Amino acid sequence: MTDPVLLKVKNLVTAFDVESGVIHAVENVSFDVKSGKTLGIVGESGCGKSVTSLSIMRLLPKPSGYVVSGEILLDKLDLLKLPPQEMRKIRGNRISMIFQEPMTALNPVHRIGKQIREALHLHHSEMSDALILQESVALLRKVGIPAPEQRINEYPHQLSGGMRQRVMIAIALACRPEILIADEPTTALDVTIQAQILELMKSLQKESGMSIIFITHDLGVIAEMCDEVVVMYAGKVAEKANVLDLFKFPRHPYTKGLMASIPNLDMPPKEKLQTIEGVVPELTALPPGCRFQNRCVFQIPRCHAISPPLEQVHENHFVSCFRWQEIEAKTNSH
Amino acid sequence: MKLNRLNQERWHKFKANRRGYWSLWLFLSLFIVSLLAEVIANDKPLLVRFQSEFYFPFLVEYAETEFGGEFEMEADYRDEFVRELITEKGWILEAPIPFSYTTINHDLPSPAPSPPSDVNWLGTDDKGRDVVARLIYGFRISVLFGLFLTFFSSIIGIAAGAVQGYYGGRIDILGQRFIEVWSGMPTLFLLIILSSVVQPNFWWLLGITLLFGWMALVGVVRAEFLRGRNFAYVLAAKALGVGDRQIMFRHILPNAMVASVTFLPFILGGSITTLTSLDFLGFGLPVGSPSLGELLAQGKANLQAPWLGISAFFILASMLSLLVFIGEAVRDAFDPRKSY
Repeated sequence: MTDPVLLKVKNLVTAFDVESGVIHAVENVSFDVKSGKTLGIVGESGCGKSVTSLSIMRLLPKPSGYVVSGEILLDKLDLLKLPPQEMRKIRGNRISMIFQEPMTALNPVHRIGKQIREALHLHHSEMSDALILQESVALLRKVGIPAPEQRINEYPHQLSGGMRQRVMIAIALACRPEILIADEPTTALDVTIQAQILELMKSLQKESGMSIIFITHDLGVIAEMCDEVVVMYAGKVAEKANVLDLFKFPRHPYTKGLMASIPNLDMPPKEKLQTIEGVVPELTALPPGCRFQNRCVFQIPRCHAISPPLEQVHENHFVSCFRWQEIEAKTNSH
Repeated sequence: MKLNRLNQERWHKFKANRRGYWSLWLFLSLFIVSLLAEVIANDKPLLVRFQSEFYFPFLVEYAETEFGGEFEMEADYRDEFVRELITEKGWILEAPIPFSYTTINHDLPSPAPSPPSDVNWLGTDDKGRDVVARLIYGFRISVLFGLFLTFFSSIIGIAAGAVQGYYGGRIDILGQRFIEVWSGMPTLFLLIILSSVVQPNFWWLLGITLLFGWMALVGVVRAEFLRGRNFAYVLAAKALGVGDRQIMFRHILPNAMVASVTFLPFILGGSITTLTSLDFLGFGLPVGSPSLGELLAQGKANLQAPWLGISAFFILASMLSLLVFIGEAVRDAFDPRKSY
């Protein structure tokens, strides 16, 4: 556990102005991204995963979204305090991002080659055109696109979803970023293509030594990809742990519920799948205390009054629940 | 010029609309003919052979004395005296229509406006000027005015719409309110006031109509940018560190282009109508300029001479119809909903 910390998110609070007032989509979220490792952020829709990543990139939808407080430190450089010009230099160059929908994240009116060239040209304006072309072809080959010399002259609509996601990855990697933020990169793809893309990302990470922030709602993908996991619920961190630890000993009732919901091969057929009862509270009308209270099977009166702090279980494992010790005892007794 | 596949498809679809396709060729040939107006309708000969030498009177000014005349001023080639001087020692090649738009035919069989004859094919107007010559020059000035106005108002309109749509928020609100106020300005009254201060020429008119006419494309471009700025690929470009200006013009503008290009022929038609109506009311181009609007006004004032109104109406109506047909074909060509 001596990997140096590359990106440190500290007490991030991000809010949105909506018609009914201000909602805090992300509240007090902290995590570290270690160099060369993969951090997974998992949670259901609307829990603030994407907002966290957009906060890091400072690409929150303007003017409604803004960071209220907190720090995002990249090598002691607070990204939130950088002037826009400086931030632009970081984007794509040191931190890159790939998006959920490869169908819409590529500009339909430009050829693939032009879109890769844009990234290279932007951050390496000294490169000659011939060199850029050569580099683009090499990038496409690296992400496993057959006949890259021809593909470079094609438009996005001529490529399949998996191919487009590969192109997105190629563009994101064009400037050899230190951190790649992958916002549900495989959600829109079918399972076989998903496996290929994950495999590709892993091998590229091994090759370049970059860190990845992997955002998903798929625990299977988390298990496959990540070294550390942040479980978010309704804008807060519920649990934060090493991936093996989390899957073996989930301490937070929400994490436990998620694990229990995964269908198991040993289950008898046609069995009803287990679910977490209830729905996520509206961010505009959050109850005081723990945000998971209305769905929690372990709830006690205290949960309705005070919000549980993030407590350290042991090194690299944090949980935000008053009763984690009891839950742990219960898990271990099984 | 090599078109890329998409543009080839568009050209194909444009051609598939036969009416628009032929309209384009017809309009282009009329426009080219009118661009060559000086060669087609001119009171100065195209070529003069005099004492074994060639002269080009429609390009160069020659004094009458060069042909053995008496005056030091430019030769009047319509004068019988000058014509005789030249034909004695050479020959004259006239333009097909031997009248310019200012040439007054003094030698009319009936008082002006005189009806069509084999000298004045469409008759003359109330000052004895040839109608065909005035139509050709008038067509040219109308189309040029329209093209200039369309070009500049598109540039301003697209830029304004792009900025408002892309940045949104306060810029958008202020811009939109400004446009609402600005478009409420009474252009005609301003023109009347202005024409009492300066003599409006072509560029003055262009400037003023532009000042109040650049809003045509703002709405559609702004809407496209409002939509486009939230596209995933715009976010993706931002995540790459691409600058605002580059995103606006490289990533979003091409999406707005289809809507804008579709509008262009109609803006062109509208610009031509604007100039014509200003001329008709007498607040347009300076007196003596060839203009379709002025010819229409003459037609209205001289109902006994129907060739004035009918010719001006015919030219104006066919020009606008051609532009609308072309516009329809352009719309077909750029319609993304038609399958490729």
